[in-house]
Amino acid sequence: MISHLFLQHYWWLIIALLAGLLVFLMFVQGGQSMIFSLPGNDLQKTMMVNALGRKWEFTFTTLVTFGGAFFAAFPLFYAASFGGAYWVWIAILFSFIIQAIAYEYRSKPSNVYGQKTFDIFLFLNGSFGPFLIGTAVATFFTGSQFSLNEMNQVRWATPWHGLEALLNGRNLALGLAVLFLARTNGLLYLINSIDDKDLTGRSVRKLAMNSIVFLTFFLLFLVTLLVSQGFASDPVTGEVTMEKYKYLHNLTGMPIVLVLFLAGVAGVIWGIAVTLFRGSRRGIWFTGAGTVITVFSLFLVAGFNGTTFYPSTFDLNSSLTIRNASSSLFTLKTMMYVSFLIPFIIAYIWYAWKSINVTRITGEEMKAEGHVY
Amino acid sequence: MIENLNLALVDWSRAQFALTAIYHWLFVPLTLGLSFIIAIMETIYYTTGNEAWKRITRFWMTLFGINFAIGIATGIILEFEFGTNWSNYSWFVGDIFGAPLAIEGILAFFLESTFVAVMFFGWNKVSRKFHLLSSWLVAIGANLSALWILVANGWMQNPEGMVFNPETARNEMVNFWEVLFNEVAIDKFLHTISSGFLLGSMFVLGISAWYLICKREEFLAKRSILVAGIFGLLSSVMVAYTGDSSARTLSRVQPVKFAAFEALYDGKEEAGLVALGILKNSDKKIGETNQKEFAVRIEIPGFLSVMTGGDREVFVPGLIDLVSGNPSRGIMPVSEKIERGRAAREFLSDYKEARKNNETEKAGEISLIFRDKDFNDNYFRYFGYASIDKPEEVIPNVPVSFYSFHLMVILGFYFILVFGLALYYLFTDSLPKRRWFLWVVLCSILLPYVAGESGWVLAEMGRQPWIIQDLMPVSAAVSQIETGSVMTTFFMFAVLFTLLLVAEVSIMIKQIKLGPKH
Repeated sequence: MISHLFLQHYWWLIIALLAGLLVFLMFVQGGQSMIFSLPGNDLQKTMMVNALGRKWEFTFTTLVTFGGAFFAAFPLFYAASFGGAYWVWIAILFSFIIQAIAYEYRSKPSNVYGQKTFDIFLFLNGSFGPFLIGTAVATFFTGSQFSLNEMNQVRWATPWHGLEALLNGRNLALGLAVLFLARTNGLLYLINSIDDKDLTGRSVRKLAMNSIVFLTFFLLFLVTLLVSQGFASDPVTGEVTMEKYKYLHNLTGMPIVLVLFLAGVAGVIWGIAVTLFRGSRRGIWFTGAGTVITVFSLFLVAGFNGTTFYPSTFDLNSSLTIRNASSSLFTLKTMMYVSFLIPFIIAYIWYAWKSINVTRITGEEMKAEGHVY
Repeated sequence: MIENLNLALVDWSRAQFALTAIYHWLFVPLTLGLSFIIAIMETIYYTTGNEAWKRITRFWMTLFGINFAIGIATGIILEFEFGTNWSNYSWFVGDIFGAPLAIEGILAFFLESTFVAVMFFGWNKVSRKFHLLSSWLVAIGANLSALWILVANGWMQNPEGMVFNPETARNEMVNFWEVLFNEVAIDKFLHTISSGFLLGSMFVLGISAWYLICKREEFLAKRSILVAGIFGLLSSVMVAYTGDSSARTLSRVQPVKFAAFEALYDGKEEAGLVALGILKNSDKKIGETNQKEFAVRIEIPGFLSVMTGGDREVFVPGLIDLVSGNPSRGIMPVSEKIERGRAAREFLSDYKEARKNNETEKAGEISLIFRDKDFNDNYFRYFGYASIDKPEEVIPNVPVSFYSFHLMVILGFYFILVFGLALYYLFTDSLPKRRWFLWVVLCSILLPYVAGESGWVLAEMGRQPWIIQDLMPVSAAVSQIETGSVMTTFFMFAVLFTLLLVAEVSIMIKQIKLGPKH
C-alpha cells in the first residue's frame, strides 16, 4: 500500500529532478546572455544562435512542466507563491515570452523591429531569466513574507509582491550563481556543438572568468546556507520552528543526498577543468550532469527531513511543507502512474537530440539552404 | 470566504486572462490544423518521392514555424496566470485541475518540442522515414496538448469526479476517469480541434487562392487546395456535428448559458431555434436586470425543443424559469440555491471553528456530512451560490452570448459551403477562372479566427459568474493583489502581445509573398 507520505516524497523528487534539468537546460539562456560579447563576427553569431536555438524549446517546455508539476503535486505552493510573489513571476514570464519569438523572427525579412531588437530580447531573457529564477528559488531557503488563512488563501505581507526578495543578499547570491552557471554551461555547450576554431577559443577564454564568478557566488550562498538557521517542521504537530544549522543537519542527516551533492559539485568542476586544462570538448556532459545532480540534491535539502520548502518569515506556521502543500493521495497516485512515462520521454528526447547533434554546426551549414535562425 | 471583495480587481484579472486567452487563440488553432496538413503533405512526398511535394511541405512548414513560436509564448502566460491571478481557485481545485496541466506538459509538450526540432532541422540529418514520423508526432503532440487543457476547461464547466475536503478547504479528485471523460470535455476537445483543422485548412486555401489570383505557384496552389479542401470539408462537417452535440450537452449541464445564447427568457414547449436575430432592451426586468427582446428574429419553429430533447413537446427552460424557479417543471429558484449554498458554507465554518477549539468529535461529525451523498447532491453542489447576493447575478451577458453563438454558427455553415465549392471548382478544373471565388476564399482567411474567438467568448462569458460551475464564482477565486498591479500587467501584456502580433503578421505576409524557395 503506497502511503500519502511516500507519494509526497516521490513527487518532491520529481520536482527536484525537473528543477535540476531546468537549471542545466538554461545553458540556452546562459549562451544568449553572451550574444553581444562572445562572437567575433556575424557568422559566428549566427552559428551560436542556431546552436542554442535548436534547444530553446527544451528549456521552455521544462519550465512549463516544472510549473505544471508543482500545480498538480503541490498546489498550495502554486497558489501561494504565484499569487503572492506576483511581480517576480510576472518578470520571469516576460523574459520568457520575448525569447519564444526571438529565435524564429530575428533573421526573417520584414520582422518590423530589426534583428538587433530580437537579439536584445535574447540577451534580456538570457540574463534575467536565470537570475530571477535563481533568486526566486533562493526564497525556498530564506523565506518569504506571506500568511495563509484558515481556507488556505494567501495574503502577501508586503506591497512589493515578491520584489522584496531582490533586497536579500543570499537570494541575490543564488540568482547570480545560477546566471553564471548558465553562462558556464552555455560556453561548454557551444564548445561542444560548433565547429569553429576561433569561436571555440573565445569560448574557452570566457569560460575561466565565468566559472570563477559562478563558484564565488555559489560558495557564498552555500556557506551562508549551511551556517544559517533553517525552517524546521515538526513531523507530528506540523509546528514550524527555527533550527540552527538546519540545512547542514539535513545534509549530514541524509548521507545519500550529501554524496549526491558532493558528486554533483565535483562533476561541475571536473567539466570546467577538463575543458580549460585538457582542451576537451566534452566538458558540458560532466558539468551538465553535475548541475542536474547538484540542484536535485539542493531541492531535497529544501524539502526533505522535516523542512519547510517554502517558508514564511511573516508567519512561521503558514510555511509550506511537502505534507501540507501537497495534492491528495488519489491525485498523487494517479500522477505517479503518469510519471512512469518519464523514462520513455527522456529516451526519445535523447534520441532526437543525438539525431540533430550528430555533426557539429559549421559556417557552411549556416549558409546552405534550410531553416536558419 | 471573500473578504473585502474588490470588483475592480476581479474585472481586471478577468480582462488580463481574457486578453491572454484571446491572443493565444489567434495562434493555437493554426498550429493544430497546419501541423496535420503538413504531415499529410509530407506523407504524399514520402510515398510518391515527388520532390515538388517536398517543396510544398517545406513552404507550409516555414509559415507553421512563424506561428508556432508565438503560440508557445502566449501559452506559458496562460498556465502561470492560474496561479498569479487566480490563486484561491488554484488551491480550491488544484488537486483536480493541476493534474491535466501537468500531464499536458509531460506527455504533449515534450513530444511537440522534441520533434519540432527534428521537423525543422532534420531534413538532411535523419532518414526520410524518421522525419515523416517526427512531423506526425508534432501534429499529435500539439493536439494532445489541446486534449489536456480542454479536459481541464471542461471540468470547470461541469465539475465531476471529486469530493470536498473541509480539512484542506478544497475539492479533491476521487475519479480520474470522470474528469477525463467528462462529457463537456469530450465535446469541447472534438469541437475545438476540428475548428483548428478548419482554420488551418482555410489558411492554406486562402493563401493558395492568392497565388492563383497572382497567377504564380500554380502547382503548389492547386495541390495545396486539394489537401486543404478535403481536410477542411471533413473538418467543417465535424465542427458542425460536434457543435450540435456540445449544444445538447450544455442544455443539460449549463442551462443558463444555453438560454442566454438563445436569448430565451420564458421557457416553453415547441421552442424555436433563432437562426438570425437582433436584440433590444425590453421594459421587463428580472430583479434589477433588464431583459432583452427581439427587434428582428428569424426562427425555426420547434427546433430548439427537438435539439435539446428530440421532441417538439420538450420544455426548454428560459432565464426567468432558471432564476425565479418553475415548480411545475421541477426547477429550483436561485434564491433557494443561495440558501443551500450558504448552509453548506455554514457547515464549513462550523468545521473550522470546531478544529480551532479542538472539538475533535464535532469536527469529525461535520467531516462525515461532507462525504454524505445527499448533502453533496442537495447542498454542496450549490456551494458557490453562497457568494451570490442577488439571484439575477447568475445571468451572463445575454447579447454577448447570443451574438457570439449565432456568429459562430452562421460562419460554421459558410465554411462548409466554401470548402465544398473549392473542391468542386478544383475537380472541374475551373478554379483559376473563378476569380470572384478566389477573392472570397482569400478574404475568408480571417473568418475562422472570428468564429473561434466567438466560440471562446461564448464558452467563457456565457458561464459567468462562475469560474467553476455552481461551485466558485470568479469573485471568490481571484488573487489578493493590488488592482493597480493587475492593471499595469494588463497593459504590459497588451502592448507586448500586440507588438509581437504585428511582427508575426508582417513576417508571415513577407514569406507568403516570397513564396517557396526554389
